[in-house]
Amino acid sequence: MRHLYQSQRAMRNMRRAAMQRGVVAILDVGTSKIACLVLRFDGPQRFVGADGVGSMAGQSSFRVIGAATTRSRGVRFGEVSAMQETECAIRTALNSAQKMAQVRVDHVIACFSGARPRSYGLAGEIALQGAVVEDQDIGRVLAACDLPDYGAEREVLHAHPVNFALDHRSGLSDPRGQRGQVLATDMHLLTVDVAAIENLLYCINRCHLELAGLASSAYVSGVASLVEDEQELGAACIDMGGGATGISIFLRKHMIYADSVRMGGDHVTSDISMGLQVPLSVAERIKTFHGGVVATGMDDREMIETGGDTGDWERDRRTVSRAELIGIMRPRVEEILEEVRARLDAAGFEHLPGQSIVLTGGGSQIPGLDGLASRILGHQVRMGRPLRVQGLPQAATGPAFSGAVGLALFAAHPQDEWWDFEIPAERHNGRSFRRAVKWFKDNW
Amino acid sequence: MFALNRRRPGGPAPAAASGAPMRRDPAPSRWDYRYQRLMLTPLFRIGLRYGLPLVLIGGMAALWLANPANRALVTDRIDAAREMIHSRPEFTVSALEIIGAQPALHQAIEALVDVEFPVSSFQLDLDALRAAISEFTAVAAVAVRVRPGGTLEIAVTERVPVAVWRYIDGLRLIDNDGVMTGMILSRADRADLPLIAGDGAKEVILEALLLFRTAEPVFDRVRGLVRMGERRWDMVLDRDQRILLPSDDPVAALERVIALHEAQDLLSRDITIVDMRDSARPTIRLTEPAINIMRNVRETGIRATRD
Repeated sequence: MRHLYQSQRAMRNMRRAAMQRGVVAILDVGTSKIACLVLRFDGPQRFVGADGVGSMAGQSSFRVIGAATTRSRGVRFGEVSAMQETECAIRTALNSAQKMAQVRVDHVIACFSGARPRSYGLAGEIALQGAVVEDQDIGRVLAACDLPDYGAEREVLHAHPVNFALDHRSGLSDPRGQRGQVLATDMHLLTVDVAAIENLLYCINRCHLELAGLASSAYVSGVASLVEDEQELGAACIDMGGGATGISIFLRKHMIYADSVRMGGDHVTSDISMGLQVPLSVAERIKTFHGGVVATGMDDREMIETGGDTGDWERDRRTVSRAELIGIMRPRVEEILEEVRARLDAAGFEHLPGQSIVLTGGGSQIPGLDGLASRILGHQVRMGRPLRVQGLPQAATGPAFSGAVGLALFAAHPQDEWWDFEIPAERHNGRSFRRAVKWFKDNW
Repeated sequence: MFALNRRRPGGPAPAAASGAPMRRDPAPSRWDYRYQRLMLTPLFRIGLRYGLPLVLIGGMAALWLANPANRALVTDRIDAAREMIHSRPEFTVSALEIIGAQPALHQAIEALVDVEFPVSSFQLDLDALRAAISEFTAVAAVAVRVRPGGTLEIAVTERVPVAVWRYIDGLRLIDNDGVMTGMILSRADRADLPLIAGDGAKEVILEALLLFRTAEPVFDRVRGLVRMGERRWDMVLDRDQRILLPSDDPVAALERVIALHEAQDLLSRDITIVDMRDSARPTIRLTEPAINIMRNVRETGIRATRD
């Protein structure tokens, strides 16, 4: 526990150092592609807020100066499965992004979609020592949350304080300075398999990079693709990736639930490959050019050449109708969406005030998906694209990059997590010593 | 399209050969990746752009200079170039001209300038020459320069002796500043200059000259001035007469004496000392015979008046 707190704090310090140096790389390790953005930070918030325009969640403070994407290798279900291959792929993406940016990057902030994320809601309560809530009290109440037994092989990835309650007033976002006797908090904890983190860390270290932050891709794509109202009122972001589909639910600008379904676009591709007896690359091409989930009468007549690469070029001139293709794709997409529905139901999504669902990620580009999704998930379904950030190339503005863009926003303006607050020392002596050190630091 | 039975010369089985082009890997190798990152490091790039050429050129120069023959070649070239410039006619000095020096000083300076003409002006150390000439006591100021025509010009301003100072070791000539310019054997060598004597006389040479000018009416009788106790002057006349002058404002006192002399012929009378040290009570001392005569005259005069 202590170890986790320290390591996350070290990562935060690394992130601060990277911001000071001004250049940081964003690495979205996905199953189908690895995207790398190089961000340049131009000092602290040069943006001057005009009337009613805030700092736009921090995305005005940086600029994308390098972007590269490469076909992912060695990643399955959003987890590293072949280290060397993944390392090669990361190296490829980083090398070309560095070349584009013409700057050397030493710090990287990474996200991944797999590793079986699991959400926990924690509650903590303390009696205040003084009359007014102070910084230390926040740290104490967060430390007072009783941790569930999430298993030895798992690690905490996010720990957001979602809500604070003072006496009987709940829904406070920042109780500091307020009067009261009892401070309570709700914390959202996200744990993932530690092996996935270790493997990714190893790959990144092999590329001579320092990890300055780690995030769940479901969370960051929600940050990028949900608009402010949706985040406030309650919304779910479905990030349909290659190997895993991430689900994150936001309420009052905080993520309150995250999960992932271990199915994605690659499964659709492999279905096509098996159903049409074509190689995976051909299946992928057919899926992207001709894919769909809603068949019409027109689709029976639209014939697609599969061009099977069996070597018998003269006789292997198979064609399929688009209706057939849709007949292969649709059950798998429905399966994914139903699995998502089940997860949302388990999380109690129907009790939220807002019911909007945002589909994003590369898999959401299948034509007709919104109609299918609204039949399975509910009426308020829309397609989400990531927020626009400065300097992002046109090719990287699609929904497939919502994870990368969200990670950039996360790098520029991270939400408070548990390890951002000081844990007060238990013993009085230690505390007074710490206060003396703090006084010394403040005054010298 | 190509023949299905095509084989690479000496290549392996066709299956492996057909697999070869599929091996294209977009990932940079570890070394390539490192190299790319190194090339994007700003300090390294600066070093590569400026440091490497510098080191290369410096190394090549050092290697070349490591050979003594090459070093000698370089020094020879430099010497030759310098020699060529120095030996140009514009820089040759072929004559010496000394202006404003008496024959004795002229000879001394000529002996000092020990240069064989013609010589290059770069080899003349004018500053040292000027310092050496200034060492002569008879020289007040000196200007040394090379005139455009190729002449070394030494313009000397000599010190002009204004008085003779009798000192323990003999007679010295001193100028306005009290600096000794030379020595003479006898007073008759420079009879035109006034004589001063006594310790500390040369420090107040200007006052002495002023006193001599004041004593113009009796100039032929003045023997000299003696500094008494480094404080005041005695003017010595012939016939062992002395005028004792006060330490402050001696000129006015002397003027009074001269005026007295012109009115009453004071100094022609039979007196030895005119004491002007106390301006309120000038005193004169008579000679021995004069006192006797004076006494006689007084007695007879008194008697006569009684009679």
